[in-house]
Amino acid sequence: MSEGYAGNKGPKIKSDCHVTLKQQPSGGINIQLKSKVEKLYGDQIKKVATATLNKLGIEHCEVLIEDSGALDWVIAARIEAAVKQFSDTSETYIPDLKPYNQYETSKERDRLSRLYLPGNNPKMMLNAGIHKPHGIILDLEDAVAPAKKHEARFVVRNALCSANFYGAERMVRINQGEMGIEDLQYIVPHNVHLILIPKVEDPEYICRLDKEVQRLEARHQIEKPVFYMPIIESALGVEKAYEIATACRNIVALAIGLEDYTADIGVKRTSTAEESLYARMRLVNAAKAAGIQPIDSVFSDVGDMEGLFENVRKSKQLGFEGMGCIHPRQIKVIHDGFAPEAKELEKSMKIVDAAIKAEEQGLGVVSLGTKMIDPPVVKRHKKQIDRAVRMGLIDKNWQETYNQE
Amino acid sequence: MTEFVKNAAGRLIPTHINDKEVVPFQGVGKYRPQGRKYAPPIKTVADYPEDGDKRVASLKDALIKAGLKDGMTISTHHHFRNGDILANQIFDIAAEMGVKDLVWYPSASFPCHEHLIQYLESGVIHHIEGSMNGPLGRFASQGKMRGQGVLRSHGGRYQAVQDGDVHIDIAIIAAPCADPFGNANGLYGDAACGLLGFALADSEYADQVVVVTDNMVPFPCIPWQIQGNNVDITVEVDKIGIPEKIVSGTTKVTKSPDRLLIAEMTAQFCDEAGLIKEGFSFQAGAGGTSLSIGIYFGEIMRKKGIKARFARGGSNQYLVKMFEEGLVEHILDGQTFDLEGVRSMRENPTHVNTSPFTSYNYHGKGNFASLIDIVILGATEVDTNFNANVVTHSDGYLLHGIGGWQNCLFGKTVILPIPLFRDRIPVIVDEVTTLCGPGDLIDVIVTERGIAVNPKRKDLLEKLKDSELPIKTIEELKAEAEEICGKPQKPEFDDEVIAAIKWVDGTVIDVVRKIKE
Repeated sequence: MSEGYAGNKGPKIKSDCHVTLKQQPSGGINIQLKSKVEKLYGDQIKKVATATLNKLGIEHCEVLIEDSGALDWVIAARIEAAVKQFSDTSETYIPDLKPYNQYETSKERDRLSRLYLPGNNPKMMLNAGIHKPHGIILDLEDAVAPAKKHEARFVVRNALCSANFYGAERMVRINQGEMGIEDLQYIVPHNVHLILIPKVEDPEYICRLDKEVQRLEARHQIEKPVFYMPIIESALGVEKAYEIATACRNIVALAIGLEDYTADIGVKRTSTAEESLYARMRLVNAAKAAGIQPIDSVFSDVGDMEGLFENVRKSKQLGFEGMGCIHPRQIKVIHDGFAPEAKELEKSMKIVDAAIKAEEQGLGVVSLGTKMIDPPVVKRHKKQIDRAVRMGLIDKNWQETYNQE
Repeated sequence: MTEFVKNAAGRLIPTHINDKEVVPFQGVGKYRPQGRKYAPPIKTVADYPEDGDKRVASLKDALIKAGLKDGMTISTHHHFRNGDILANQIFDIAAEMGVKDLVWYPSASFPCHEHLIQYLESGVIHHIEGSMNGPLGRFASQGKMRGQGVLRSHGGRYQAVQDGDVHIDIAIIAAPCADPFGNANGLYGDAACGLLGFALADSEYADQVVVVTDNMVPFPCIPWQIQGNNVDITVEVDKIGIPEKIVSGTTKVTKSPDRLLIAEMTAQFCDEAGLIKEGFSFQAGAGGTSLSIGIYFGEIMRKKGIKARFARGGSNQYLVKMFEEGLVEHILDGQTFDLEGVRSMRENPTHVNTSPFTSYNYHGKGNFASLIDIVILGATEVDTNFNANVVTHSDGYLLHGIGGWQNCLFGKTVILPIPLFRDRIPVIVDEVTTLCGPGDLIDVIVTERGIAVNPKRKDLLEKLKDSELPIKTIEELKAEAEEICGKPQKPEFDDEVIAAIKWVDGTVIDVVRKIKE
């Protein structure tokens, strides 16, 4: 007799379910449901479970569903993971990609904050988007226990289809090595925007991964690009940062992971981060040389918002253009920290205003008083203004009011 | 013979509850009873000891002296919250004495009162007129209580006593500090809980008033929140409550990012609507979200350099901090939630103890609730007409009391910050399972996915029209919840009515039916 199980249960579990499935020689599908929402969703839960089993070709089985308010796509993911522990069917039960999840991303978009969510925890996925991070990462790697890796893939796949990301960039962190390449088939067909590739040391690996992505793109007729953000987490990775940043198409950012990096060089990670200054500077330089965004590591004390803010300020000063986060309350602090300060912004407005006027007057040189402003400086301040507009710090028609003053 | 009629809210309710005729809800402010208030029996000083010592040896002696017998109504109060031990002891004694068919009239019940289920089963207690939380609610929802429950607001409890709807035979008042004459307060002693406002009506109107304390001080016990001149009997016991459960864990600021977001949006809404202004007032609740909103209010007030004239409701460390910082000039305290609240009430003359009489009572000559600018409340369900439910969950089980909720709806702007769904169950529905508050009195619903303003509040909509806050219609919010959760089935009920929900004026606004299991 074949058996499978998947999911989470217990008094603290919410928006999830645990499925225990026993295939039988006959007798049809028998579902036993224990749910606190049974009076309101009992029929629907059974309907979804049955539809999933039918699609996967399971005709006779005993199913126990211990439910704590799981949505349909979670129930389907749990059933499928349980079935695939014993069945090697190539059939899948994938929810439709919801219209609200079909938006696109772009290479240049802001990636100031990216929120990590454990790939086997559907509860956090429901509301992550309402906190407005720039990116949401469904994590298949370190946040998932080794024994749960397989079932997490189904949750992540179904979440990409069904959970509303509310405009955040749709990211997945895959596993390392071969497992990471296998992960791709669960995410590439479902409008993943960006793949975080952990512990990269070898540019060749990214090329191999890109080939598999290309194969899947061709097979599923995907035209939108899938972007990559390699994460550098070792001394060797740091030394190879530029090669990694330019390894293949569609690399849009380079991130640093300091927990593993400090372990690799054999030092303690401190809040002042002197020990990783070289690595961070090198990474920033490599990314800028490659024309992509350098992204900083996560700040792990979720209770210390002041420490986080200080950290972001330093990060910004070094040239980083974003940071990971592990708690929704960190998002706003990170955005505020990366936001141009009022004084800076004032200067940027002055320079950009002068540049626009110079252009209108057909002047080749931008000057402010007696001082000439070099084109790269103008470009940097323009970028700053654009970001401030996107962050709602200044109005997009700021120049009109600026001139009146 | 009980028949069913439709009340003004369109709810089908029986003409009789516990064989007593009831008045169907007639609309907000429509029902005006005539005549004179109910009066307690005339007492004479000659019948009381001249030395002022009204003590008897034990709680049992007090109940015997008070004349405990079958069918009486016994009242208790929830100042000790889940740390109450007295209510359970009273019914232990009643059971031991073989008394039956008592009516329990608590100001609220807590999980610690699960102990009383055995007496509901054995017939010592006939029914409860008061909130039925947790296990008691489940018991009642299954149709196991002999009589029908009657749920009232804190103000409704006072009103029911004043108009004679409820006749209290024996009131038992647990006091953290008292003297042998019966003067009592909640400020001192191991079981200090702040104030005793919920027992005020009972002390004035019950036939027999018993004060029980574990902290008997020589006359006079000052201040006398309960006046000894209203008290018949006093008792000294070893222990009156469990201090660590009196100061319950409900008064912690939420750590949930989703709830903090709702709190932040609520505060921002109030700010943008111009409600946070010099001299304004707000209702302070004890829930995690509500506490966080208070803290965000504080930030806005500091930034603007303004003060609130008063905060009404439950006091706790966070509110006391704002108060002692000078952001809030007065606390009109209805329930003290932690020891900081108790300390502040002891030390600060403008931290005032209040009661349902001053704040909520329908038979008062006005009350404080309607003077409050911003009222923050919870709900288990809200429907698309802004009607709200606080007593049952969507699956039909009775799980909460009304508390001061109905009374606070009379505030100037009533805001319900609630999640759009809980464990898959949408909070915004077509029709609430149980109607507790009419939508006319509810102004704003704040969820993590959007804010709905009652269309009748055109002023608020106008002020927020350029806001970046996600202002949506309540129908849009409902559709959003159903898109995520799916549309729920309807729970099934039997016809049997297990409890009545009273409106603040004593009319029946809705009833709760037995669950089909």
